[in-house]
Amino acid sequence: MIAATAAVAFVALSSAAVALFPRSILVFLLFQGSLLYAYVARIPGWLRATLLGAAVLVLMPVIGTYNGYYLALALGLNIVVGLAGLLDLGYVAFFAVGAYSWAIFGSPHANVLFGGTGFPLPSWWFYPFLLVGLTVAAGTGVVLGLPVLRLRGDYLAIVTLGFGEVIRVLANNLDKPINVTNGPRGISPISRPPLPLEVSYAVGFYFLALLIVVVVILVNRRLEDSHIGRAWEAIREDQLAAQAMGVPLVRAKLLAFASGASFAGVMGVVFSAKQVFINPESFTFLESIGVLAMVILGGMGSIPGAIVGATVVTVLNLQVLKGLSLWLNELKNAGVTIFGYNLANLPTQLEPAKYERMIFGLILVLMMIFRPQGIFPARRRQRELGEQ
Amino acid sequence: MSAMFEAVDVTKTFGGLTALQRVTFALDGGIASIIGPNGAGKTTLFNVFTGLYRPDTGAVTFRGRPLVGLRPDEITALGVCRTFQNIRLFANMTAAENILVGMHSRIRLGLRDVLTRGRRFVDAEGALWQRAGVLLERVGLRGKGNEIARNLAYGEQRRLELARALASEPALLLLDEPTAGMTQAEAGTLMALLRRLVGELGLAIILIEHNMRVVMEVSDRVTVLDHGEKIAEGPPREVQADPRVIEAYLGRRAATGRAVP
Repeated sequence: MIAATAAVAFVALSSAAVALFPRSILVFLLFQGSLLYAYVARIPGWLRATLLGAAVLVLMPVIGTYNGYYLALALGLNIVVGLAGLLDLGYVAFFAVGAYSWAIFGSPHANVLFGGTGFPLPSWWFYPFLLVGLTVAAGTGVVLGLPVLRLRGDYLAIVTLGFGEVIRVLANNLDKPINVTNGPRGISPISRPPLPLEVSYAVGFYFLALLIVVVVILVNRRLEDSHIGRAWEAIREDQLAAQAMGVPLVRAKLLAFASGASFAGVMGVVFSAKQVFINPESFTFLESIGVLAMVILGGMGSIPGAIVGATVVTVLNLQVLKGLSLWLNELKNAGVTIFGYNLANLPTQLEPAKYERMIFGLILVLMMIFRPQGIFPARRRQRELGEQ
Repeated sequence: MSAMFEAVDVTKTFGGLTALQRVTFALDGGIASIIGPNGAGKTTLFNVFTGLYRPDTGAVTFRGRPLVGLRPDEITALGVCRTFQNIRLFANMTAAENILVGMHSRIRLGLRDVLTRGRRFVDAEGALWQRAGVLLERVGLRGKGNEIARNLAYGEQRRLELARALASEPALLLLDEPTAGMTQAEAGTLMALLRRLVGELGLAIILIEHNMRVVMEVSDRVTVLDHGEKIAEGPPREVQADPRVIEAYLGRRAATGRAVP
């Protein structure tokens, strides 16, 4: 009872604070803390769901759709890396495939490709294209999976890293002989979908992303808690024993690759529509690593872990570290003196904005040293058995 | 009419080393043991039987179907399952989950069932967990279902591996040193269990074993391998008295009955 009251009060107060001071980092950290508290506190399930649901609505104006993309990506990669144990360093390639599939057909660019003036497709086509993006990305996952599945560990990681780069370089260079991707200039304008209600695009996309994330979580949970998920984990634990116990390795691994990829593909479609303009720069190796960091930071093979990891990393990058460098910049511009040294004299090589990545890296290192299992490590399911 | 399980002239070489040299083996039921000194090729033979190795020459058939060229999971689906000499459980999964993975080849649910989670899925999944409990009980691990496999005691892990293999509903079970690291009493209990399995389920078992007391007690037939060749085969008592077997184990002097100086 006390825990429930405390959780409600904590979430409500911090949500109100976020609404009042949407730019304050401290308030945002407080808000994140309240979410974590609501997640772990001993409160009834319905209350937890309500609290987290309400909090998600408050998150909207602050981090919005960005978090949504990364949530879906982290959940998808969590299947491949966390459950099946297949280290994939080129995951963003599937995101790119989804993004380009709508970018090409949802913009006049398809006219260049096919001739005529029939494109862009009417904007409602965006919705069927969510499925197209999913299918194309899953297919790409299978195409990548087939040749590389005999590889393990480090070797698989290198091949997937290469694959991610191949997709990016293809996107960069496929403007000739046939102009498929328009090369480094990118594709624009990409149609945005019609929204059912009279809402702004920012809000519309946020709820679209949220809806997809909810579906992804549902699918993820059902896969994990079935013979398919158990087969994936068995492969991660001991591939040879798994096969000897009757798990068809190739099929199970292909399914892991395809389902991980399909989540990224769907979000890719949303991404391209939201951004209106995409080019290969959005799909760099660093993005793959970022998503991997979310999965590992959150806790491998754990759905709440992937969610928390994605949120923490996004908030860290977009809010906390940005805020920190802004603050340092203000100190510098104001000419504050520390230990007798005037910060205004700081050389440009040491500009605060350049610390962001370094601090992020430092956090990752510390995290891996002191909590290698992640923020929310996977918990084993406990179940009643027929052994009375 | 050929035997239920048959291996004919199986040869397997690794580089210049001949691990198996024209080994022939057949089994129709009951418990057959394979014994031999270290490095005799016993585990290699198991690996050939279960599809982990492809033999250079020779044929392996189970219920008339050739096994050579099939993947290990296909062989398991046909009804041949095994345990490993160095326990290979899924260490971070629970005991029950380990057994459920063993049932994989018997599960007739598709991706659609998993995603829609309809009545069919819920019922089937419930039945699987029930059966996991029954199997745990059968190998004496009652109440350990929710424990992480890694945290089980050594003897318990061996028995869990047996339960996991049984979960695939095999007709032929290959056990690679199931009593290794067990006390004589534990080994006795396990052997009684194996005997029951043969009696109740009509299971055929091939056993690799070093514990001679166990071998002599439980086997219907013993096959002796040495340097990759079959040197003797027959009922335990005959094999025990075979001079070639004694030579392989203890050396020539012991076999000819002369005193060791």
